[in-house]
Amino acid sequence: MKSAVILFPGINRENDAIAALEQATGTKPVVVWHGETELPKTDIIMVPGGFSYGDYLRCGAMAAKSPIMRAVAERAKAGVTILGVCNGFQILTEAGLLPGALMRNASLKFICKNTHLKIENADTRFTNQYQAGDVVDYPVAHHDGNFFADSETLDRLEGEGRVILRYCDANGVVDPATNLNGSQRNIAGIINEAGNVLGMMPHPENAIDPLHGGTDGRNLFKSLVEAAS
Amino acid sequence: MSAIDFNTPITPELVKEHGLNEEEYNLVLEIMGREPNINELGIFSVMWSEHCSYKSSKKWLKTLPTKADWVIQGPGENAGVIDIGDGQAAVFKMESHNHPSFIEPYQGAATGVGGIMRDVFTMGARPIANLNALRFGEADHPKTSHLLSGVVEGIGGYGNCMGVPTIGGETNFHASYNGNILVNAMTVGLADADNIFYSAAAGIGNPVVYVGSKTGRDGIHGATMASAEFDDDSEEKRPTVQVGDPFTEKLLLEACLELMATDMIVAIQDMGAAGLTSSSFEMASKGGVGVELWLDKVPMREEGMTPYELMLSESQERMLMVLKPGCEDAAKAIFDKWELDFAVIGVLTDTKRMVLKWHGDVAGDLPIDPLAEASPEYDRPWEPTPKQDRIDPNSISAKVSHVDALKTLIASPDLASRRWIWEQYDHLVMGNTIVRPGGDAGVVRVQGTNKGIAATTDCTPRYVMADPVEGGKQAVAEAYRNLVATGAKPLAITDNMNFGNPERPRIMGQFVGACQGIGEACIALEFPVVSGNVSLYNETNGVGIMPTPAIGGVGVISDLGHHATIGIKRDDSALIMIGAATGELGQSLYLKTIEGREEGAPPPVDLNAEKRAGTLVRELIELGLVRTCHDIADGGLLVTVAEMCLAGNIGADLHLPEAGSEVAWLFGEDQGRYVIATRDPDKVLNAAGSSNVAAVIIGQAGGDSVAIDGGDKVSLAELRELNEGWMPSFMAEAVQ
Repeated sequence: MKSAVILFPGINRENDAIAALEQATGTKPVVVWHGETELPKTDIIMVPGGFSYGDYLRCGAMAAKSPIMRAVAERAKAGVTILGVCNGFQILTEAGLLPGALMRNASLKFICKNTHLKIENADTRFTNQYQAGDVVDYPVAHHDGNFFADSETLDRLEGEGRVILRYCDANGVVDPATNLNGSQRNIAGIINEAGNVLGMMPHPENAIDPLHGGTDGRNLFKSLVEAAS
Repeated sequence: MSAIDFNTPITPELVKEHGLNEEEYNLVLEIMGREPNINELGIFSVMWSEHCSYKSSKKWLKTLPTKADWVIQGPGENAGVIDIGDGQAAVFKMESHNHPSFIEPYQGAATGVGGIMRDVFTMGARPIANLNALRFGEADHPKTSHLLSGVVEGIGGYGNCMGVPTIGGETNFHASYNGNILVNAMTVGLADADNIFYSAAAGIGNPVVYVGSKTGRDGIHGATMASAEFDDDSEEKRPTVQVGDPFTEKLLLEACLELMATDMIVAIQDMGAAGLTSSSFEMASKGGVGVELWLDKVPMREEGMTPYELMLSESQERMLMVLKPGCEDAAKAIFDKWELDFAVIGVLTDTKRMVLKWHGDVAGDLPIDPLAEASPEYDRPWEPTPKQDRIDPNSISAKVSHVDALKTLIASPDLASRRWIWEQYDHLVMGNTIVRPGGDAGVVRVQGTNKGIAATTDCTPRYVMADPVEGGKQAVAEAYRNLVATGAKPLAITDNMNFGNPERPRIMGQFVGACQGIGEACIALEFPVVSGNVSLYNETNGVGIMPTPAIGGVGVISDLGHHATIGIKRDDSALIMIGAATGELGQSLYLKTIEGREEGAPPPVDLNAEKRAGTLVRELIELGLVRTCHDIADGGLLVTVAEMCLAGNIGADLHLPEAGSEVAWLFGEDQGRYVIATRDPDKVLNAAGSSNVAAVIIGQAGGDSVAIDGGDKVSLAELRELNEGWMPSFMAEAVQ
């Protein structure tokens, strides 16, 4: 099982991503510099979190124009599994691989804490190790995680089962009080139409070790491996 | 200042504006053998500023203990370095950015964080943890919420972008900081013990290389500003505050570490306070060499910059290096990849002089050693702080119930939860955070091992104010205790000495006393000082801050399988107090908050008892007998237990002693104590007995409230609301 992690200037959670992929696949992922134009052949591509280009202009906007993103888009079209976390999610939306946009948190503040998430669709290559309705606990760490799309797009995402994760409480209650950052319909993660690209704000890669205080994130990476093998 | 050019005549007014007194200027004339030109005067000014020269504090800093078997590098470099075993080293330092943060809180705090991280990665270490020690004015002062909000955003804005977790710190509010807040930032880095980089330049003819951001006009005379008192016009100094660019610093970090993995660097120094001046002088002075700088080659952000501005700019995210000859192209390729400027701006010479060239002409020519090493050193007159009487515990009778006192204390600005602050910091990035903020010390795992590094910042300024010697001891002892409470072996400290105007004998006496106390504690606890920073003149309109020697402590947990956190984990555990209760209410938060009195002698620190208790607690944790531990600090025993209950979401019932003052038992801030939870109390009591450490069962964990002898109680839900509610509502009200 091979995986790749894309590195843009200013990305800072690449080692967290590498650790999670290595734990799940048994092999260290290849790190690909943003200036490259070709990707090695891999089963999984992960776009990690951080502050690519310092979040200047707009989160993810400049990284989305990097040379490597053309190759990433081609792989997305070819059906390769692509996971974008946090800044990675922002980059994938800016690159047009996922719909919607991530705006400033409703609180206008950076938020770093653990949050409960409801697995809305377990029938995907990212969530097959969970049951629909499961409540998991991952950390978030972002300033701009407030998911926005027009209501037509949102209805379509819902209708096609493409909302994968929602902010909720420990009992799975999804309502305005459990909406961490002001996201439309509490959305924390979505997939593309073909189901091979997931973007999410929370960090499953920071919940893979008992010393992290929880291991709920492991099954997300296990799902990728399960689906690709 | 931009009007200053080469031919500016040197008038007495200009000398005064540069912060040099008559005596100092006479020394300048003596060293130069002639009148300096404006560029040279500017260099003397910043090099001899309090901030860069430590002229008032040097005499006393020299008395601090700095050695231990595990110390690789003590004070004098960019940061201290200690051996943490397995061929690895921890590199750390704490530094203040007080004046800039008061003038421009976001940028002041952000560049403080950027500067301290640069100090650490200059030494070859990857930063793995940030902490910050913050002091603000009283909560209802009109500026406090604005400053707090800006400082926290600035720290987060820089640290979060750099991808370094902010794992701990402390925040105090007190009227003495109304006009002069303190922002002390600490960074801990990890390096290979055999690949530490130093600043001493060597190799005549070797190239002097500038990397990082371009130089602009920001921060000119920042070091001089940091060496003067404030007045009502200080806000006009806004242009002297630097602007930070964490994205560029992240690139600089990666580029430097990539270069450091090769064998091309002879010496490296970051450009911090006094920028190119202090970095070039320090490198040359330490190496005993001369430098010729070609200032027209410095990458510039603005047009029309002068040699004066280039030497004094404090633009951020810049480094100066001496490379091995012939390495320029290979080194440049690394900086090109990271899209950073790289310029050869000079050469090492054997003249021991700093010669500044500007398009071929000499713009300055100064001897290096007299400036860097022979800067003035003062033995300022000082007065000891008069001792205050101990508060007799029996003189305080409870005016409210103990539980009501707890409720008031835990919702007070001094003790309310700081969650509002630390949730704005990414404390999890790097995936190695094991103990998060909100406990005694933050703990990060050493990547790829089962070893942890614990770090904390501590100082109780009201104790130092009342008795600088005991207060100095206490700051070190509390740092020691906070590390021990996680299971770490405390190894070394960095000190950030924040004081008022040293020209006042009373203030200088606080400094001298604190140094004495810190020194005594360091020796007794085998906890040497390896780096530090002094910030004086923290006064506005003649009102000084409380003396605040913030101590940053670092320790190592050899096996993370055995570490402790403050939250109670099982409801069938006994609660044991380790260390002796003596009933010290002087300077306690109970006295301040409930009685409205800030007085009395602070709790004395028995350093031998501290060491015995610390060693015992660490051993109990290492043996796996204890997983829950919290030191007893601000607020005393009852507050400590309440914090443990809130963190673990399990209640407790405390027993009152049969005799003696209940108030002193529950709220005294006697030092050298911990509360632990254990299911095997006999083993713990026996171990304490054979270590000659006082230990007594003080209660039982269980239930969903904090109760006293089964009666007077408060539910955890109510307590949590009180504790968590204060800061968010304070900040929300302030916005409106």
